[in-house]
Amino acid sequence: MTQTPLLEFRNVRKSYQSGGDPVDVLRDVSFVLAPGETLAMTGESGSGKSTLLHLAGCLDVADQGEILLSGQAYGPLDDTARARLRRTRIGLIFQQFNLIPSLSVRQNLAFQARLAENEDNEWTAKLAERLGLAAHLDRFPENLSGGQQQRVAIGRALALRPEVILADEPTGNLDEENAAIVLDLLLELVRDTRSGLLFVTHSTALASRLDRRLHLRRGSLLAEAA
Amino acid sequence: MNVKAFSFGLMLAADVATGQSFAGLGAEADGFAIPQPNPTFEFPEDHGAHNAYRIEWWYLTATLTGEDGQDYGVQWTLFRSAQRPEAAEGWQTAQIHMGHAGLTTADQHFSAERFARAGTGQAGVATAPFEAWIDDWIMQSTAPETEDALSALQLTARGADFSYDLDLQATGPLVFQGEDGYSVKSESGQASYYYSQPFYTVSGALSLPSGDVGVAGQAWLDREWSSQPLAENQIGWDWFSLSFEDGARMMGFGLRDSDGGHFTSATWIEADGTSTPYPNGALRLTPLSQADVAGRTVPVGWRVELPERGLDVETTALNPQSWMSTSFPYWEGPIRFDGSHQGRGYLEMTGY
Amino acid sequence: MTKTAFLTLLSYWRRSPGQFVTLVLGLMLATALWSGVQALNAQARQSYAQASEIMAQTILTRLVEPSGRDISIADFAALRRAGFLVSPVIDREEDGLRILGVDPLTAPPGAIPAGIVSGGSDFTLMTGEQPIVFLRAGTQPPDWADEAQVLTSDALPPDTILADIATIVRLTGINTLDYFLLHPEQPAGLPAIETATELLTQSPDEQTDLGDLTGSFHLNLTAFGLLSFGVGLFITYGAVGLAFENRRPVFRTLRAVGLPLRRLIALLALELGSLALVAGLLGVALGYVIAASLLPGVSATLRGLYGAPVPGELAFDPLWALAALAVSFLGAGLAGAQSLLRVAQMPLLAPAQPRAWAVIDARAQRRRLGLALAAIGFGALATWLGEGLIWGFAGLAGLLGGAALGLPSFLAAALNAVSGRAKVPFTEWMIADARQQVPGLSFALMALMLALSANIGVSTMVGSFRATFIEWIDQRLFAEIYVRADDQAEADRIEAIIAPQVDAVLRSAWVERAVLGQPAEFQGISDHPTQPVEWPLLSGEPEAWAHVGAGEALVISEQLAHRTGLGIGDTVPFAPNQALPVAGIYADYGNPKGQITLNYALLINAYPETPQSRLSLRVASEDVEATIQTLRDQGLRQDQIIDQTSLQAVSLRIFEQTFLVTGALNILTLSVAALALLTSFLTLGGMRLPQIAPVWALGQTRRRLALTELWRAVGLAVLTFIYALPVGLALAWILLAVINVEAFGWRLPMVLFPFDWARLLVLSLIAAALAALWPTLKLARIAPARLLQVFAYER
Repeated sequence: MTQTPLLEFRNVRKSYQSGGDPVDVLRDVSFVLAPGETLAMTGESGSGKSTLLHLAGCLDVADQGEILLSGQAYGPLDDTARARLRRTRIGLIFQQFNLIPSLSVRQNLAFQARLAENEDNEWTAKLAERLGLAAHLDRFPENLSGGQQQRVAIGRALALRPEVILADEPTGNLDEENAAIVLDLLLELVRDTRSGLLFVTHSTALASRLDRRLHLRRGSLLAEAA
Repeated sequence: MNVKAFSFGLMLAADVATGQSFAGLGAEADGFAIPQPNPTFEFPEDHGAHNAYRIEWWYLTATLTGEDGQDYGVQWTLFRSAQRPEAAEGWQTAQIHMGHAGLTTADQHFSAERFARAGTGQAGVATAPFEAWIDDWIMQSTAPETEDALSALQLTARGADFSYDLDLQATGPLVFQGEDGYSVKSESGQASYYYSQPFYTVSGALSLPSGDVGVAGQAWLDREWSSQPLAENQIGWDWFSLSFEDGARMMGFGLRDSDGGHFTSATWIEADGTSTPYPNGALRLTPLSQADVAGRTVPVGWRVELPERGLDVETTALNPQSWMSTSFPYWEGPIRFDGSHQGRGYLEMTGY
Repeated sequence: MTKTAFLTLLSYWRRSPGQFVTLVLGLMLATALWSGVQALNAQARQSYAQASEIMAQTILTRLVEPSGRDISIADFAALRRAGFLVSPVIDREEDGLRILGVDPLTAPPGAIPAGIVSGGSDFTLMTGEQPIVFLRAGTQPPDWADEAQVLTSDALPPDTILADIATIVRLTGINTLDYFLLHPEQPAGLPAIETATELLTQSPDEQTDLGDLTGSFHLNLTAFGLLSFGVGLFITYGAVGLAFENRRPVFRTLRAVGLPLRRLIALLALELGSLALVAGLLGVALGYVIAASLLPGVSATLRGLYGAPVPGELAFDPLWALAALAVSFLGAGLAGAQSLLRVAQMPLLAPAQPRAWAVIDARAQRRRLGLALAAIGFGALATWLGEGLIWGFAGLAGLLGGAALGLPSFLAAALNAVSGRAKVPFTEWMIADARQQVPGLSFALMALMLALSANIGVSTMVGSFRATFIEWIDQRLFAEIYVRADDQAEADRIEAIIAPQVDAVLRSAWVERAVLGQPAEFQGISDHPTQPVEWPLLSGEPEAWAHVGAGEALVISEQLAHRTGLGIGDTVPFAPNQALPVAGIYADYGNPKGQITLNYALLINAYPETPQSRLSLRVASEDVEATIQTLRDQGLRQDQIIDQTSLQAVSLRIFEQTFLVTGALNILTLSVAALALLTSFLTLGGMRLPQIAPVWALGQTRRRLALTELWRAVGLAVLTFIYALPVGLALAWILLAVINVEAFGWRLPMVLFPFDWARLLVLSLIAAALAALWPTLKLARIAPARLLQVFAYER
């Protein structure tokens, strides 16, 4: 099947200065994510998972190699183009939720879609319903539970209908029960929208729920687990 | 006669010196005239001011008895001090006047002081008719034109809390002190012109905080002018005027020098005005009792001896606190004396 | 342990230099501006005191010539020979120099400054051949003093030359006296002095007191000092609060390892004290610099405006420095008290999280709003019900304190209102974020608000005074040219010559007499049938001026009405057995004396000895110059001819000078507020990354986010300005209508200057933009890695 990969890493390398010597955080990382696919990225703390996600999200720039989203390379993009790309094509979900505290749930849900001028009220309302947020639309993030906040964050990412969803330990701050509910919702919605999902986690249990799993160790992609 | 007058002159000179103008005190150098022996006096002119001399005064003391039977003493003095031996009208004058008035009772002593420039009309001395004044303090002649101008006077002065108004009639002639009016003040020869009218009878009224009181008694006027300050080592002065019951008078003074020495001088005046001068040493002055006055120790009781006249008396002050709290403070007040003679008089002490 | 704990506490400042700078800056500026203004006032007051001490003006009664005739040496001798202790004085102004001739022989104690004579019979002033004059070091001796020896004395105010009266007469040729000083203890048994002389006694409180005259000016400065102190205090309060909140975890740890609470409080107090000391010392230095650099302007103003001599150089007074340090400690105490109290009440196991000091909950906000309303209510009540200057100032404090506390609520409400209209999500976020930011900026914004309202208030007061004064001068100067002849003969001669050339020649005359126990000037003005004299009255009967012209009534000044309680219709005795009803009351700004204006002929009849030497010429404006030339050709000196235009020009120039100082202080307080904003932005910059990073991650460039910061700052400044405007106007109203009346007895109408507001708005926008510029640039260039840290849970 010669389908253009949704997200592709080609020999990506990223290093940080640490006390003078550059330390490689990612070394020669290559992988692809197909449309509609859910991919788990596991690894120990410090293995480079977050860096990989930040590179994928166009938040950071690779030192070597190339990253492509639906065939478009990140490399040549300037700051403005990168911001536009993030705004219009990528959905980000963080461990800390990172909602805008000054905006209501409704505004937070629609925020990125509206920034991207791609708002679909019907879809947003539907999302809210499915995420169980319909009753909380006029509340502010500080008044929500952690699970509710993360559902808002998921909704915010999906409202945009992004090509790819990047999630960084989205259930890390939740208890087991809530984590399961949130993950179920996320997987269900990804499948429904035919987006791709790159899911960073240190939990193999969670990882096993996804289509595919990659493992990072000290910056190198070790093996593709089944 | 009065040391304070000398001080006044000295001080003005010193002020002027700090004000950087002329002047050492070398009297001759400043163009002031110097008293010479064997003077002749011309009246009424010599009752007036002698601007060619540095210092001068019209000095009157009176021993009085009130209707209330109490003793009183009165002082009236106009000083003149010249910055330069010249006079001018208006503010530019070089002649400065100082007035002192005193009134003594047994338990109170009042004093007042005034300053003025001659030439502004605020103070001055006129000779025809005679009038010496500063502000509303006046000593003016009431004598007929044929008589000596000083033979009858009206005298007024006023302070913050007292005033007086006295009529004076002389019962004897002017008396010339020292050698015919040339009075030597030290062994080094400082001298002044000096004459007196010691024979006044007085009547008038005093005004005191406690009320007015009519008075009568005797008074003594001194006229003196000079250009020379005291000798350098002379620090103070004790001066007596005594009136005896037989009508005679005596003037005596002692100049104290810093080594404890006393330069004394005296004039005995008969009731008819005949006077006899006595040189240094003839008069003996001995302090007998002290009093604390204005924070100083002042000898307010004296033994006064003039052996050549058989005089040996002890004096008592009417009010030991007769302190003139003027710019140059000194003691001046009426006294009584007892011993070989009795009578009343005036005592002035400076330099304490 | 104590030392370690103290060092631990201090280490915070090393990591937060911005807050350290803010704190020290706030305290320093509060100290500097307040004490700088105090130094200016003190220097001026000292000069006034010297000026009045010279002739013992505050103690001694004077004898003055009411109609301005010369006093002669004969008058002096007559009074002295009548027994009265009077001392002659020559006291006049020539080319900006006050010439004082005194008589040390008769001067009452204290009349001549100590240090020149020591009293008694110290006649140092009197001279032999070479005259002596005294003046203050720095005062230029006049040419006529060339042949004199010049001695300096610190006891003299600037621009004053003092000498023995004989010296003055000899050197200047002045040969008349200006007044007598009356010795406070007159001899016993004298009649009342009024029976003995035509001269008028003038008791010390009737004499012009420079302190009164210049009071308005100093009030202006003091108000500024007070407001600047408030501005600094808010900045300090904000910084201290932030530092304390951020260190909650440290406090908890210190206590957990065994530092007693009392010791902790003591250490924090010590820390605050040390900061106050550092800031205070810096403040003293800065205050001195500010005062010293403003003093020449102040002194020029006071000299020009009131003729009050103030030296242009500032003396350093150690007592002042101590007081300034005390102000710094007071400020630190006020700013830190609440925080110390919080630490004292903090339970040992309190959550260590720094509560966002900035973020206050709605309840706290409501409480603060309540407090604000209470303070404003108190201010209004104090202004309305209270009597006296102190209540005026209390009202001021209430208003400003309350207004400052209410600002955050206003900003929140305003942002809410605006956010409802925002359609673009980014704008929506921007406004919402601004609302979020307000509490953190609130103290800096309060400081800005106070600075702006002080600016508006004081400028309005000064501007109103200026506008009123100039309009009033315009109205009062009814003639085009005024001539002051030396005597009546000259006046008659001039009138005969000039009459054919001009439209009208009016006579006026001047007499000073007491009215109902108040010193007053009588002004006689003559009317011309074709051109009746008329200037606006504050209140009066219709036809009031016609009645005055007909000699049937008179008009009086506001001051006289205020002091005597006289009103329209009351009868005023203007001479023995002569009285007229009051037909009107007019404004007479800046005149310490009451004034009565009546028919010229009536006044001359009542006081025939009054010199009739003043002429007012009505001329067509194009003929003014030619007329002046004619007058000059007649031998009149320049100082005898005053034309309306140049008089107005002089008034204007004087007022512009007053503005110089006000303007400088305006800029200073505004800069302080801008600095506070800057440091607040810097502090918040770090704290706000978690709010900004997600928006960046969701697809905004750093540049756009940074620009947003800038716009937000400008927007907040605009809102703050909108809020400060009514506060400033209320401040101006209190100054004009309450404090002015209490202090000087006249009320000034309030004039609004919208153009000034616009300028101030622009200025505050620039200030806010400048304050936000650095943080903006920092954000625009921030490394993405710093933003990424926000998301990195591993670190």
